[in-house]
Order: sequence, then C-alpha cells, then structure tokens
Amino acid sequence: MSALKVLVTGSSGMLGGAVADALAARGDDVTVLQRRPSARGHREVLADIADRLAVAAAVAGQDAVIHLAAKVDVTGRWADFARTNIDGTAAVVAACHTAGVGRLVHVSSPSVAHAGASLVGAGADPADPARARGHYARSKAAAELVALGAAGRGQPAVVAIRPHLVWGPGDTQLVGRIVARARAGRLMGVGSGAALMDTTYVTNAADALLAALDRCEPLDGRALVVSNGEPRPISELLASMCVAAGVTPPRRSIPVGMAAAVGTVADLAWAAVPALRRAGDPPITRFLAGQLSTAHWFDQRATRLALQWVPCMSLDDGFAALAANVATTALR
Amino acid sequence: MVSTPTATLPPTLPGLDPSWSRLVTAVDADGVSRTWHLLDNGVEPTAGTMFCVHGNPTWSYLWRRFIAEAPVGWRVVAVDQLGMGYSDRTAQARTLAQRVDDLGIVSDALGVTGPGATGAVVSVGHDWGGPISLGWALAHHDQLRGVVLGNTGVHQPEDSAAPTLIRLARTPALRTTVCEATPIFVRATSALSRPALDVGVRDALAAPYRTARRRRAIGEFVADIPLEPGHRSAVTLDGLKAGLNQLADVPVLALWGPRDPVFSDRYLRDLLTRVPHAQVHRYETASHLVTEDAPQTARHTWTWIGQLRSPGRGDPPTVDSAHRPVWAALEARSDDPAPAIVDGHRTVSFALLVRRVRDLAAGLAAHGVRPGDRVALLVPPGADLTAAVYACWRAGAVIVVADAGLGPSGMARALRGAAPAYVIGVPRGLAMARALGVPGQRISAGPVSALTRRLLGARIGLADLARLGRGVPTPGHPHAYSECAVVFTSGATGPPKGVVYRHRQVRAQLDALTDALGLMADDRLVAAFPPFALYGPALGIASAVPDISGPGRLTAAALEQAAAAVDATVVFASVAALRGIIATAPVTPSPALGRIRLVVSAGAPVPADLLHSLRKALPNAEAHTPYGMTEVLPVTDITLAGIDDAGPGNGVCVGHPLAAVRVRISPLSHDGAAHGPLTEAAGVTGEVCVRAAHVKDRYDQLWATEQASARTPGWHRSGDVGHLDGSGRLWVEGRLSHVVTTASGPVTPVGIEQRVQAVDGVVAAALVGVGPVGGQVLAVVVELAEPVTGVLAPPAVAAAVRAAAGVDVAAVLVTPALPVDIRHASKVDRTRVARWAERVLAGQRAGRRP
Repeated sequence: MSALKVLVTGSSGMLGGAVADALAARGDDVTVLQRRPSARGHREVLADIADRLAVAAAVAGQDAVIHLAAKVDVTGRWADFARTNIDGTAAVVAACHTAGVGRLVHVSSPSVAHAGASLVGAGADPADPARARGHYARSKAAAELVALGAAGRGQPAVVAIRPHLVWGPGDTQLVGRIVARARAGRLMGVGSGAALMDTTYVTNAADALLAALDRCEPLDGRALVVSNGEPRPISELLASMCVAAGVTPPRRSIPVGMAAAVGTVADLAWAAVPALRRAGDPPITRFLAGQLSTAHWFDQRATRLALQWVPCMSLDDGFAALAANVATTALR
Repeated sequence: MVSTPTATLPPTLPGLDPSWSRLVTAVDADGVSRTWHLLDNGVEPTAGTMFCVHGNPTWSYLWRRFIAEAPVGWRVVAVDQLGMGYSDRTAQARTLAQRVDDLGIVSDALGVTGPGATGAVVSVGHDWGGPISLGWALAHHDQLRGVVLGNTGVHQPEDSAAPTLIRLARTPALRTTVCEATPIFVRATSALSRPALDVGVRDALAAPYRTARRRRAIGEFVADIPLEPGHRSAVTLDGLKAGLNQLADVPVLALWGPRDPVFSDRYLRDLLTRVPHAQVHRYETASHLVTEDAPQTARHTWTWIGQLRSPGRGDPPTVDSAHRPVWAALEARSDDPAPAIVDGHRTVSFALLVRRVRDLAAGLAAHGVRPGDRVALLVPPGADLTAAVYACWRAGAVIVVADAGLGPSGMARALRGAAPAYVIGVPRGLAMARALGVPGQRISAGPVSALTRRLLGARIGLADLARLGRGVPTPGHPHAYSECAVVFTSGATGPPKGVVYRHRQVRAQLDALTDALGLMADDRLVAAFPPFALYGPALGIASAVPDISGPGRLTAAALEQAAAAVDATVVFASVAALRGIIATAPVTPSPALGRIRLVVSAGAPVPADLLHSLRKALPNAEAHTPYGMTEVLPVTDITLAGIDDAGPGNGVCVGHPLAAVRVRISPLSHDGAAHGPLTEAAGVTGEVCVRAAHVKDRYDQLWATEQASARTPGWHRSGDVGHLDGSGRLWVEGRLSHVVTTASGPVTPVGIEQRVQAVDGVVAAALVGVGPVGGQVLAVVVELAEPVTGVLAPPAVAAAVRAAAGVDVAAVLVTPALPVDIRHASKVDRTRVARWAERVLAGQRAGRRP
C-alpha cells in the first residue's frame, strides 16, 4: 500500500497526538492542524478549525482526514462549543467535499446519543442533539450529524468513531483531573461506586481510528462506539488510576442524590459568576454526578466486526504504562 | 327505531396490521343483513385455517399475535362478534344460539366452511367465546382439525357459587352501570394482569367500546350467561356440554392462566372431565387474558398445530407381562414379622404393613377412589405415609407428593396445579391444604378428634378406610403403563414443575438404583432424605426414618438411633443432612454408625471435603453421590474415591453414566442455547441429555415445557450443562439458564465458582452475567468470611478472585448471603443474583442482598 496523505486535526490532544504518531509510524504522510504548535515533528498547519479558508487550504491535496479538533470542557458558553465543534466540523466536511478527499474519520463521543440513563451493553444509536445533555454532548451530536450527513455520496466516505473515556500517559483531561483532585483530597466517589464504566486506553483508540480510516468506504455512514471492552466499577477505575499515578485513592463517597444536588448548584454558580470560571472547574457538575453514578458500557461486538480491530492494550497493561510514565516523569 | 352503530374498520393500533381488517356482510338466521368486522390474513389456506373467537368484553385484537406468527399456508380469521369490536351493533340482545349460528354464517361467507370449504380448521376460543367456538366446532366436526381454548368454561361447577364478579355484574342495575354506562368492565378486564399490560395494548382492547351505545352488547352478553335453569340460553349450553364427548377424536389444547379470578382452576378441572384428552399448558403467572399475559401462547399454539400433522404417540400399550409391580418385594414378605418401618415411636412389621396396604387400598376403592384419580399426600415420612402411598398405588391412584422443600408459595402452585381429587393429610397438612386453596376431598391421617376432622373438612380418616377395606378383596392391579405419581422439581430454577411417572418408570428407577448401589435383600436403610423414605418397601428391605423435619436438622444422635433400630447398613441423606451429621458427630463413632457400609446422597452436588469429613461419623461407609434430577434419577454415580481420582476440572465430576443410562451432550451455540446435535465427544460443553427407561413420562399440564424437554425424540433434555471427559465421566457445569453469553462465547458458572471458592476468605461464590445476550460481561458475587461494608469487594479480594477465575471479570461484588433453594439449601438462585448484580452494576439502589 502506498503512503496515504492524511490530515489530522486537533493533534495537540493526547488522542490526536497518538493518531498522528501511529500514522507516521506506519509510513503515512501526516500533516497536523491545530491552533498551537505541537512539537511532535509532524508537518504542521496552525489554524482555527472554524476558519474555512485555512481548513480548505490544509485539506486540499490530502487523501484522508481524521478530524479530532473539538472543544472538550465541562463548563463554558454554548457559542464557543457550537463554533468549534459544529462549525469546525462543517468546515472540514465542506473542505473534504470541495477538495475531493476520499475518506473522513470523524471523532465523536458516545454521549451524542444518550440522555443520562444507564447504558448497559449499549449500541451506537443515532446522534440526537435534542437528547444529548450538556453543551459538549449537544454540540458533538450536531457535529456528528453534519459529518455523517456527507456520507453516502462517495466523496468523502465518512465514519464516525465514538471512543468512550480515552485515557493514558500524558492525559490532562481524565487522568490529570482525577489525580489532581485526589492529590488535593477533593476526589470522592458517588453512590456505591459499583456502576460499570467503559474506558478506552489511548493507543487502542488510535488503532481503532486507523482501522476506521482503512475501512472508510465499506463503513460509509456508520457510527461506532469504541472502548476497551473491559467495563469496571467506576470506583475501581478511579482507584486504579490513582494507584498508577502514585496518589492515595479516595476513601469517601457521597450519596447519589447529594452529588446531583451539589452539581446542580455548581452548574448555576459557574454559569453566573465569571470569577468562578476563571478559578477552575466546579467540584462536580450535575452531568458529572450522573456520569459517575450510572453504568456506561457498550456492546463492542458490532464495532470489532466492522473495524476488524481488537484492543491491543488491556486495562492492566494500560495502568502499568501509566505507572511507568509517572515514574519516568517524576525522575525528570 | 333508534339507529345502531354499524361496522367500521379499527384505527391504527399497536401490533395490528391494517391490511388484516375487513368487513363481511351476510344475512343472519333471521334474514337480517349484518356486517362483521374481522381480521383475516387472506392467505390461501394450503395447510389449514385457524378460526378465532374472542370473549366478553374483548375483540379480535386478542388474536393479533396468532395472525402475525402464522406459518406458511395457514389462513387465520378472527371475528368480532355482533355487537362487539368493530362489527354491527344489533337492536336486540344476541343469544348463545344466535352467536353460534352467526359464526357459521361468517365462516360460510368466507369460504372457510360451506359449499366453498377450503379444508381443515382449528377453532380457537377464549372466555365466553369458548362455548360459542365449541358450538361452532361441534357443528363443523367434519372439518375440525383441532380445538384450542384459552381461559373459558362451559359449565358452572357445582362445588362453587358463580364468580362473584359475574353474579354482581348480572344484577340489572349494576349491569347497566358496570358494563354499559361506564367502561368499568371493559377496563377491569385488562387490569387483571401482573405485571400490568402495556398501556397501548389496554387502550387498544378498549378502543371499540368508547361510548355507552357501543358498549350495550357487553351488558347483554353478561345477561346471556345461563346461571339458572330456566335461562333462555341454558338449553343451548346444556346441548353443547352434552356434545363435547363427540370431540374425543379431536386434539384439544388448553392455554390456561391460573391467576384468572373468573375462570379459575375449577373451570379447567371441569373442562378436563369433558375433554380428558386435552393437552394443557398452565402459564404460571398469567391471568384471564392468557394470550396477552403469555405472548408465547401464539408460538406454542402454532407448534402444537404443527405437530398435529405428524402421527401421535398413540395410546400406550396396556400389557407388559414382564412388569413387576412396585409392591412385589413388599408382598413377598407378607408373612414376615421382621420390622419393615421404624419411624421413631413406632415399629411396623412387613406382615402388618402388607395387611395395612391391602386394607387401605380396598378402603380407598370402597370410598370412591378410582384408578387414575390423583391423591395428594400431606403426611410426614414414616409408616403412615408409606402405607398410604402403597395403598394408593394398589388402588390404581396417582400420588401427588409436594414436600415442604418447595416453600409455601411453591407448594400452593404445585398442589393447586396438580388438582388432586383427594387429599390425605395429617391435621397440619389438611390445614395447609385449606389455606393454600388445594382442591380435593379430604381424608385425615393419624390420630385426630372428630371435631378437628370436621373443621378440616375431612369426612373420613385413614383408620376408617382400613376398617372399611378389611376383608374386602384388593382392587385390580394398575398396569405397567398406568400413571402412578406426580412429583415436583425443587423450583430452584423457576416455579416448581409437576413431573408425571408411570408404574414402569418407577420400576425401572428402582432397578437402576439397586443395580448402581449394589443393594442386597439383607440391607437395611435409614432414609434421611424424604423421597428415599418410600424405597424401603419397594426394595423389600427394612427402613428407618429419623426426625428430618427440616433440612440441616438431622443430628448424628438421631441418625444413630434410627440406624440402631433397623441395624442399618445403608444411609440415604441430603447434603444438608450430611452437614448436620458432621456438625454433631461424637469424637468416637458409635457401633451402630460403624456398621453402615454405604452412604448415598443425591439431589444436589456434594463437595468432596464434606464427604471426607463424613468419615469421622461413618468410618466404614463408602460414599456414593448419584447425579440426577426429578425427571430422571439416577443418571450417573460416583464414589468419594472417584471424586478424588477425577481431581479438579471445569465443573463437578458426577461420574460415569449408569449401565442402564445413556448420556449425550447437545453443544451450546453463541447465544447460550443448546441447539447442537447430540455428541459423545470429550470436552464439548452443552446441555446434558439423558436416555433411560426411568425418565419421566411428561411434565404435568406444561405442554410447551414438555415439548422443549423432549424435542430430541427419545432423550430428556435436563436443563443442566456439562461435558464428558476422555474416560466418559460427566462433569456438570451449571444450569442452562445460568450460562453467561459473553462476546467471546458462552461461559458456564460452576468451574469458575469452584476456583473462586478456593480463594482465602471466600465462603461461597456465584458467577453471573450482566448486559445484552451475547454481549454480557461477568460478575462474581461472593460471600466473605470477614464482613465488609459496601457491595464492592476490597481491592485485594477482587484481585485474588480475578486471578482465580481465569476469565475477564468486570466486577467482584460482596453480599452477606447468597440466596439458595429451600429443598436442598445448597443450589444458588443465580437468576436472582444476576438480577441484583444488574441493578448494582447499573448504579441503581439494590440493597446488599440479592
């Protein structure tokens, strides 16, 4: 197979970086696009994802695009989410179409299809902005509809991949926040902590995205949830991450109802008071309280069959890699 | 004249295909043109036609699943009766006779019958549609292929007042209010179901009855029920009842919801006296609207109809000259003064027992017990029970044995379902029978005052029957193929199921047991497991019954006393009884227990360490643990030495199949079902299938369950899963219904549970799955020696359990107590554990106990 010319948007994040590295490692011709320099050694275009002209220029001449650029935050204004996530995706789709790019892998989120109920061995329902909860999920739902709306016309063939809770060494989003809170003694379990949670180790997610890229045409128009396929009780996951990072796991937990109430208050306060937003994330949001106390795991049979992919790294492998990374970082 | 609503087509309703709806106009018997609404799949009936009639106050909607699931070549027609559903309303009330005629007019108009008749018809009726459908069936007997009835009745049984609901509804004032002026009756009919029916379905059932005018026929229908002799429809119904004997050559299937407050079980019993050849399936949780409460009725009915094409089994032969009656060994010792039964306070010799059995048998016959009558026995194990059982058998009666191990609700279901004609019981048993609503004439057992007896509803006692039968010749023998017993599964995996045995099957069981255990004529046994208390006389050997009023209550002292009484050589015991014996064993074994050469434990797997510990109490006994189930026992046998020899493996090693038994495996498919062809290949996991002369005859009134268990002709599908090893030994891995279906294939529980139970600090373990079929993940639920707070296992325990399990375990949960069955106190109810784990792992509140 000759080298593919692939544009990766949003490669400054952990997953975007891993995808760009994996593509380069297998010999593809990688260009990355993001706002700030990533210093990973790939050919780089610095641009705002919603800047149609800049995006069109970067997409022109590519064989494929893996689109990860997104605003991933627990708080913030809707206009910002809409601009990055919806307009940004629309810019990528339009550019692919104009430039005649053959394949687009759109990175989405399982939250685009769910309204907060327990997910027990769930599949990948269609994205639904009306049901998705919170600015992030709602904007990503709309973005996925935009991306898949371009499917079925051949140029580009589009697959939406929804990795669930990606984590790994160097992760500032999930592991970083959990460890920081645990270190500050602010991490608490919610409820029994027994709700089963799926997660995805970063290299597994990257491999799945590459598999989707390779099978873009036959899977045109599909949305697939990706995870490690090893759901664990949420408190066990938090504890394992803390242990790997060398901090003491949380011992306390608060009842589900209280967590939801605190989350609701925090949502209102952070929305109303700019000073709070500048100071950092709220202790918990209503959305997070729900996430931490209900099951979120997915039936991976259809995904694995479609992508012809299986995770290489087990959870335990991942925790070991995380611990090793923490150890080397500490030595430096 | 006030105009009445005319026939229309129904609106869009859940489960109803609009293309089925059509209107048919024809002239009725009075020369009036009428229009009927009916559902008709319009298929060219190359196989046959199903003709369905609803009751009051429902409509053809009731039969939508029967239409949707119709096999190729079957036309299905479901009529809305006049005044009902979306058919014409009539100015005058319709009588039963008119409604029967109406059906014939519709079937002629459709070409189902009459000059254009298109072949065989299966009639289907529910509620008061039952008599109407039966009336139609009798009038079209030549075309009748089969009859299917839901909860219905053709006769008000004499032993009860009419259902209060109907009586109330028939008083004119109330009738108008309940049936016509308000939708109370319409709504109440669909409100009986537990769990409640989907609201969309309930609305659909009520859809044609929105206004008082549209509901008028409902009240008229109720008024047309002939509860009193002079009623205008009484003659029609009487004629119909008298005609039912003409259906003797027509297959009949009864789909029954036992929770129906109107057409209760006594209507089923009445029906079965009129069509005794009917096959019955009781849907344990279903109420009046049996086809709604048990949607599988449609599938089951089509399966039943499909089998009408194949030749039936035919009547069993009535002569088997080689058959040795079950009581033959007992009769052979009719002059022997040696003890036959010792039950604590009493010793009964063989001579006395034989005499007692003969007298009682003759007394039962004189009292009116006929061959084939069912007699429930609520008498504790001992001389009275043994005498009563053998007397029933000699009189040709069928014993119904429900032990306390089923628990109160299990016993109630079992006994009500078996519908005994007689109940023989000690006062406590008769009181319970009354409390549980068990039908049947009462006969008291044991000493009881005249007053108590009257209070318990018994007119006569066993002692009176023995007097009555003294000197009277014993009734003629039942033959080898006569039914002799209804016993019950433990209900560890669902509601208890009645299992019917014939004499020759019990004989075969006795022979298999004697052979497997090497029992000799000079053995004497202690029966510390209720079912075995009855074997002694059949084997012609003495037996003693220790105090076994509850599992686990047997002590070594009680066992020794019983053993000494008959100088016992053999002990039959449950696992729980063995535990009791070990827990109370003296430091030095007593001489009486030292003489025991054989200890047999069946009913539930026995852990090897338990058998090792048993040596302390029974130093010279070889331990045997035959494997089998209520439907076929024994299947295999293994000794303690055999268990040690087999070592650990995936499941419990239960040994080699007995000489008279063949065992095969039906391999599991990915969805956890056992669809594979039977194999003897080593290492293949699947459903354990058994072939033997002592397999049950059938399940009682569970037609569909029987079909499933016997779907491989000649083999009993046990519902257990396991595999055969290279030397032909069977390993049991759990219940088929407990197989977890993961993305990487089916996983059986027992082997993993055994490995987890070996982890330090783990007392007991259950492996269950959560999530969608085929995509489940595993959860292990453990009982720990050290209590913990919360439902999650401490990290160290979870890690040890995962390492031991050897499979990907999503969660390790802790509970103070795993739920076990009542009868054996050892079989974990994994279905219940799985439901609990599903809630816990979804983040719901579930408490700490399954």
